[in-house]
Formats: sequence, C-alpha cells, structure tokens
Amino acid sequence: MTVQTEIQNETPSKLSVQHVSKRFRSGGRVVHALADVSLEVGEGEFICLVGPSGCGKSTLLNIIAGLETADEGRVFTGGAPITHPGRDRMVMFQESALFPWLDVLDNVLFGLALKPGLSKAERVEVAQFYLKLVGLEKFARSYIHELSGGMKQRVALARALAPNPRVLLMDEPFAALDALTREQLYGDLQRIWQEHRKTIVFVTHNVREAACLGDRVALFSPHPGRITAQFRVGLPRPRDLNSVELARHATEITAALKGTTVPAEEFAI
Amino acid sequence: MNRTLRAALFFVVAIAAWELLFRAGIWSPVLVPSPLTVGRYLGEALIDGTLWDATLVTMRRLLLGYLFGIALGLPLGLFTARYRLLGDTLGLVALGLQTLPSVCWVPLALLWFGQTESAMFFVVVMGTLWSMIIATDNGVRNVPPIYARAARTMGSSGVHIWVKVMLPASLPFIVSGMKQGWAFAWRSLMAAEIYVTILSGFGLGNLLHYGRELNAMEQVIGIMLVIIVIGLLADKILFSPWERFLHRRWGTAR
Repeated sequence: MTVQTEIQNETPSKLSVQHVSKRFRSGGRVVHALADVSLEVGEGEFICLVGPSGCGKSTLLNIIAGLETADEGRVFTGGAPITHPGRDRMVMFQESALFPWLDVLDNVLFGLALKPGLSKAERVEVAQFYLKLVGLEKFARSYIHELSGGMKQRVALARALAPNPRVLLMDEPFAALDALTREQLYGDLQRIWQEHRKTIVFVTHNVREAACLGDRVALFSPHPGRITAQFRVGLPRPRDLNSVELARHATEITAALKGTTVPAEEFAI
Repeated sequence: MNRTLRAALFFVVAIAAWELLFRAGIWSPVLVPSPLTVGRYLGEALIDGTLWDATLVTMRRLLLGYLFGIALGLPLGLFTARYRLLGDTLGLVALGLQTLPSVCWVPLALLWFGQTESAMFFVVVMGTLWSMIIATDNGVRNVPPIYARAARTMGSSGVHIWVKVMLPASLPFIVSGMKQGWAFAWRSLMAAEIYVTILSGFGLGNLLHYGRELNAMEQVIGIMLVIIVIGLLADKILFSPWERFLHRRWGTAR
C-alpha cells in the first residue's frame, strides 16, 4: 500500500440504525436512554443529532462507535452489523482525549500504527498530510498541554481522519471552545468534508451549529430518548453561521425542539 | 533577594546560633558538641573513607531493595486495578501492610534471614512494595476513561491498551508512589541498620549506632546530617522535578 492510495478517499459508508433501544440503571431507577430509534444515514451524508442533554444522542453515537451495545435492535455500517469499535468508524470526543505523553505527530500516528500494511515512513507521511489538512503541520513536535483548545480539537480531527475511516462520529467536539474558534472550525470541517467525503454523525445541543453543518438534522427528545423530527437543510456550502437564511432554519428547528409546533413534515425543508 | 541566597543565609545564621549556644556552656560539650567538632568529624570520616564506604553500602542496599520493590509493585498494582478479584484481595493486603510502619518488619526479617544482607533487602522491599502497588493501582483508577475509549476506537485493545495507554496515563501517580516508596524504604533501612549489625557491610545506620555506643555525639549528629542531606537530595533532584514535569504535561497538576 502506498501513501497515495492510503489517503485516497475511502468510500463513505451507509449507516443503518434499526430499532435500537438502550436502558441504563442509575441510582435504583431505570433510565430509558433510547427507545426504538431507527435512522438511515446515506453514504457521505452529514447528519446532526440535536437535543437536550440526556436525550440519548450521545448514547446512540457510542453504540454506532461500538463502545456500547444496544439492548435491542442493531446498527449496520455498509451492510455489516456493528459489534465492537473499528477503524472504519472513528470518534472525536468533546474533550480532545489526546494523549498528553505523546507529541502531536505521535498522537496522530497512534491509530495509524495499529493499521497494517504501511511502513513507518509512510505512516509519518500520512500523519503529516492530515496535520497539514488541519493547518497544524508546524506543531508536529509540540506537546498537548502547549496547545490551545481549538488546536487540540484540530489535532483530534487529524487523528480521527488519519486511519481513513468511512464514518466519522463527532460528540459535541466544539462545545468547549470559544465562539470565534468554533466558527473557524465550522469552516474547516465543511471544507475537509467536501474534499474527503465521510459519512459524519455529529452530536450537538447547539441548533445553529447543526443547521450550519448538517445536510440533515435529527431532533431527539428525552425520557425516553427518541427521534421526534427530521429536517433537511438545503443551503449551499460553505455555510456562514451568521447568514440570515441559516438563522431562519435554526429558528424553525428550535421551535420544533421546544415542541411548540405543528407536525414536523410541515417544517421539513 | 535571591531564594538560594536567602536559604544559604538562613543556614549560616542557624549554625552561628548553634555555635553560640555551645559557647554559652549551658550543656555539657559531650551532649552538645560545637558545629566545628561535627565538621571536623565529617572531614576526617571523609578522608579516611569510612563515611564514603558507609554511604556506598547503604545506597547499595537501598537501591537493590527499592528497584526490586518497584519492579514487583508496578505490575502487581496494574493487576489489582485490572482484576477485581486481585483488587479485593491483594489490594486490601497492600493497603493493610502499607499502614504497618516498615521498621516492624525488622524482627521478622532477623528471625527469617539472620544477620545477613537478605534481611536488609527484605526490609527495604517491604518498605517499597506496598506503597508502589497502591500508587500504581490508584494511578490506573484515576486515568480518565476517555483515554481508553479513544484508544479502543483506534483499534487498541488488550495488552496494547495497557502498555501504550493505561501505563503512561498513570505515570504521574506512579512517580508519586515511587517517591513515597523511596521515603519508606529509606526509613526502614535506617531503622534496620541501627538495629542490626551485619558484618558484610557497615552502613550509615551502623555508624550512627556506634556513635551512640562510643558516646561520640559529633558522630551521631554528623551522620544524622548526612542522612538528612541524602534524603533532601533524592527529593529535590530525583523526584520533585519529575513529579512537577509529569503533572504539568499530563494536565494533572494540583
């Protein structure tokens, strides 16, 4: 395998969530985190899962990642059922989850090192390609504690992209960042997604963020966690978080989220 | 004023006060020797080699037992953190034995091993082992779960995740445990050396003991000073810089 074939786009994968339920026992009572949730995500689609905290959207993401198992129902990627974590589905967490004992380059190499078929030099080349993609090639030898919050999440993005997954799972990756940094990252993420098509499942509680990034937005409601409405956002890319059009979409989604609206179909755009 | 200079000045004043007390003649010079007498003893002991030899003997005993204790305690601590059964059994034993002052091992070591190097080795290992197990166990339990989750999504599992993630992630705690283990080992070795005469080597504790036998207070105080200085150096040069560095980089600074 060469570096070129390695960083060529892997076909993004179709995701199919079928009747997934999940319950947790917490402090003597049962929390119904997910109740019969079904969701189809197309190849290379960018879908945002939006809802208040505790609505089960992160649980669904973890099940897709293979970090948790569903009590009922199944999830398929590209036709194969998900049973455990795999490099075809990489995860980006809210905290960077980068390893502080490794420098930036070695963090990006961590997942690559476990991928067979590449020599050490080729891995380094692949890692540097992704560091460049997120604009951090000059920081390859920096340590994590020397980076700002935004830079950390860029490294995390590079690390998630490096093994060339078919699905990218993002769990509120920008929630802890300041507004300015976040807007920059929206731009970068859209650019990267357009260049390197991945199927992206993006969990957030920020409606504007969801409208800015997603092809589609799925609304979750808690107790029990389920999908109550879905919206298609047809705005051209790259999208500007501050555009009036985007604000209009966000307002409609917010209204639906608060349950103050007529059935979802009327708002589907 | 420079901090080093300030500290140096403090010690000069302290020694001067000691000298003044000595000259005031309140206590017998046999019980409170002058700093000059202590200094002369240390100088002579250095020149004739007794001090150097004793320090070597003591450090060799300490290092052997200490390194063995760490080499044994580290994997055991990983196991007690990994396997609930071991945590509930060996972990509890470690916690109990850590509370036992390590000098309490000396009578047992003497009965088992006699007046031999093995007895010293055993006492130092007992001083190190338990706190190493507890520190490693504690370190692993304090690793943010997100590290393991992230590693699993990148295809890491089993031994790989333990060696490449859990172990380095808990390093700040492990080094703190090593520092504590060092302190315990040092104390237990001194106790053992004062308690037991072993013909195969004459350590600092032995010198201290003979200082008492000979009523040579300058020797007692001089050796005590050497023991203090070694302890200080180990902390200031070996452990504290490492600890600070790790906690800062790992983001676990308190």
